[in-house]
Amino acid sequence: MADLVSHPDEVKVVSKRFGKSATNIDRYLELDGYKAVQKALGMQPDAIVNLVKDSGLRGRGGAGFNTGMKWSFVPKQSPKPKYILCNGDESEPGTCKDRLIFEHDPHSVIEGVVIAGIATGSHAGYIYIRGEYRYLLEIMQKAIKDAYARGFLGKNIFGSGYDFEVYWHGGAGAYEVGEESALMESLEGKRGIPRIRPPFPAVVGLWGGPTVINNAETLASVPHILLGGAEWFAKLGPPKNGGTRLFCLSGHLNRPGVYELPMGYNLKKMIYEVGGGISGGRKLKAVVPGGSSCPVLTADEIDVSMDFDSMMKAGTMLGSGGVVVVDETTCMVNFALRIMKFYQHESCGWCIPCREGTDWLKKTLTRFHHGGGVKKDIDNIQYLSENMLGRTFCPLGDAAAMPTISIVKKFRKEFEDHLEGKPCPFEKAGVTEPAAVLA
Amino acid sequence: MQAQTKIPRFARNDNRCYYHAMKFSDQFEARFSDMLTHYPTKRSVLVPTLLYAQDEVGYLSPDVIHEIAQRLDLTELEVSNVISYYSMLTTKPRGKFNVQVCTNIACMLRGGEELLDHCKTKLGIGHKGTTPDGTFSLEEVECIGACSWAPAAQVNYDFHENLTVEKMDKVLDEYRKN
Repeated sequence: MADLVSHPDEVKVVSKRFGKSATNIDRYLELDGYKAVQKALGMQPDAIVNLVKDSGLRGRGGAGFNTGMKWSFVPKQSPKPKYILCNGDESEPGTCKDRLIFEHDPHSVIEGVVIAGIATGSHAGYIYIRGEYRYLLEIMQKAIKDAYARGFLGKNIFGSGYDFEVYWHGGAGAYEVGEESALMESLEGKRGIPRIRPPFPAVVGLWGGPTVINNAETLASVPHILLGGAEWFAKLGPPKNGGTRLFCLSGHLNRPGVYELPMGYNLKKMIYEVGGGISGGRKLKAVVPGGSSCPVLTADEIDVSMDFDSMMKAGTMLGSGGVVVVDETTCMVNFALRIMKFYQHESCGWCIPCREGTDWLKKTLTRFHHGGGVKKDIDNIQYLSENMLGRTFCPLGDAAAMPTISIVKKFRKEFEDHLEGKPCPFEKAGVTEPAAVLA
Repeated sequence: MQAQTKIPRFARNDNRCYYHAMKFSDQFEARFSDMLTHYPTKRSVLVPTLLYAQDEVGYLSPDVIHEIAQRLDLTELEVSNVISYYSMLTTKPRGKFNVQVCTNIACMLRGGEELLDHCKTKLGIGHKGTTPDGTFSLEEVECIGACSWAPAAQVNYDFHENLTVEKMDKVLDEYRKN
């Protein structure tokens, strides 16, 4: 099952209570649970916002926007009710960390939601968990029920006079719904089609009211920041990239698993020391550094600090923390194809560049990988991807384009090796029928 | 729950002028009433309700769609429109156990595609197929959030991870016994 692993380099903040039965509310209380929210109840909302801003906490879902800053966009006065929405729709390929938070420390998410509520003047929060995570939804349902029973949620929480409701919400299978505006549409009972921005959710969100949407790991980090202080959290990582994060190591590694490491940890060290190096004693070929939406890195590019800013400088993204390691036996054309297949399937269909672009690219890459490719296809794949980039209604188009462009650029030779009807050099002999070459 | 007659979806719209009223389990009804109090609009309960209804009935039949639409003041078209977006929802009957094998990147790198092919051969069905005895359905799915324990699959809601072909066979045998 979803076993826990560990490594001496880990700095356990969000994963502090993993494996300690913290789903039980009494255990959670023993382990400093619900102390942070009581502290927050005694603080000015602006003070909480500034604390989180100064901690350097940035969105752990992938976009990496400063959390405190996002909270500060919520207007003080609002004719419509304000909401907190926890994004537990974890569906980015390579990412399996929120799952562990929901499984081992659901109360920390509840507590983070309430603190966000106090900081922004909201009185209701929703915890949206993807449909496939049904067992985790049930754990959350129980946690919420237990918190209500103790008076930690509902009217007059902790006897403070502040009201705060928390509700669970289950999805039904859709990657795009992890995009914050599509998440709101889904929660409102509709197809997960994203909304135009501006207005941003913090100003116009759920049912028109100001809504703060944060990833589950982001919210789970908040109580620790309240208790440990902004300075402590900020110092764990490089400047402006404070804290630790859960990294999901997967692929051709000896020790795949979810590890909590300080922001700024070196990727090469992560792969070889924490992840135990490439399985089977093979050579590293490529790394997906933060979920499939990120440009891939070659084996020469992994000496990089895993924080938001350094990764952007390196031409990729920290993303969702999904580190997928690819060895030399993998065909990068097939890898690009599988990634495009995913985005084509998950494209919501609303806007032409993404709907048509992902489909066109999937068809081209399929034909190409099966030996039906011509030289101009290689440039065309890059051209089509670049025409999606920045031109779609939501970042899914970018997410499909960026890895594709990086693979074509960095592994062009592999594409060229598929030309002229040649069978894939990495495929086991006789597995696929070569497609007709289009002249 | 009433017995369903097999009526093609589009023909149903034209031919039938009556529906069987649906009553779900007590647990469903209690949860449904509770959920309605959680949101400012009735419609907001739609997506989780559809999945819970599907869990009970096996699929989203025309009667289920009609019932839910009625309860939420929506047209059946609007409900069908929403259903078609979400990959876990189905309007066709499925096997008792839906075997969902992930072939996305982390699982693909650790044999997910071979695992899927093995299931196709062993069960004798393809993607979205159902065995003739109605025990198993098979689906190739996208990332289920088990990347660090790949290759992985779900059977209904149960996770099965760190799979090999042999382990998969044992898993299927366990379900078949039930």
